[in-house]
Amino acid sequence: MAAIYSLYIINKSGGLIFYKDYGSAGRMDTNDTLRVASLWHSMHAISQQLSPVLGCAGIELLEADNFDLHCFQSLTGTKFFVVCEPGTLHMENLLKYIYELYTDYVLKNPFYEMEMPIRCELFDINLSQAIQKDRVALLGR
Amino acid sequence: MIGASKIKQYSNVLEKPLSKGKQEVSLSAFAFLFSELVQYNQTQVDNIAELERRLEDAGYAVGARCLELLCHREKGNRRETRLLGILSFVHSTVWKVLFGKVADSLEKGTEHEDEYMISEKELLVNRFISIPKDMGTFNCGAFVAGIVRGVLDSAGFPAVVTAHFVPMEGQQRPRTTILIKFAEEVLRREARLG
Repeated sequence: MAAIYSLYIINKSGGLIFYKDYGSAGRMDTNDTLRVASLWHSMHAISQQLSPVLGCAGIELLEADNFDLHCFQSLTGTKFFVVCEPGTLHMENLLKYIYELYTDYVLKNPFYEMEMPIRCELFDINLSQAIQKDRVALLGR
Repeated sequence: MIGASKIKQYSNVLEKPLSKGKQEVSLSAFAFLFSELVQYNQTQVDNIAELERRLEDAGYAVGARCLELLCHREKGNRRETRLLGILSFVHSTVWKVLFGKVADSLEKGTEHEDEYMISEKELLVNRFISIPKDMGTFNCGAFVAGIVRGVLDSAGFPAVVTAHFVPMEGQQRPRTTILIKFAEEVLRREARLG
């Protein structure tokens, strides 16, 4: 069944501010996740320059043999990307919903410093609920 | 002319009736404003107790004005003289106007005669706030505690009001309790009134 392997949130300068691992295979240590995040940030930026079409907003979907990578960039440059099983549906909607959770439980939190790693309990709780619900909804289809 | 209604023209702007105003305000707008209030106060203080006190003072100003306004609008200028009267006023009317719903519960303290508690599953002001672990028992509900203290003080019921997190078993998030401890004179007066 369709499953999510991991979720990354990177700030506008490419630093990793949130990482959550949902899959059991391919666990990475912190340094590797930081590297992957900045790698993706650079690739995203380069793709905007490489595009033959004007007004390209960057990579939205990367399809590989063993995984899909969906990326959502907000207007402020914060990138949300999720690594999931090939063929998982509704990831764009999930990413948009996670962006809503971010604006609610992270940006409205007075104790959160901008561009810093996210350590907000409410965000974690609601995120788990969203991912859980998503899995259940997908299983139901 | 048949069917035409004449709108009453007021010669003096002071004679126009007071409008009720907009009943609803954007929650996001309030959340951002409140977040900024907390952040601003954090820069001005050295410790958490001071921050709580500042938030409470900010709430006190709101409470005092709220009492005046609500007494006029909701209660037809009646003044509460009894303890239970003012408590149910806070619990229902004030909460309804400020937060859109009545408070979850109003309880009398079992240990002390002068303690009452208003409980809420989650305060509106705390909806989007996650307290970091190193801040201990700090609660942004101190703002709401200040509002309650402002209302009670201006109504003639001086009290010490604080906000606490009460962990509930089976629930991930703790409940919030506003603890009201009335001054001696209030209890004496209440006893006299019978």
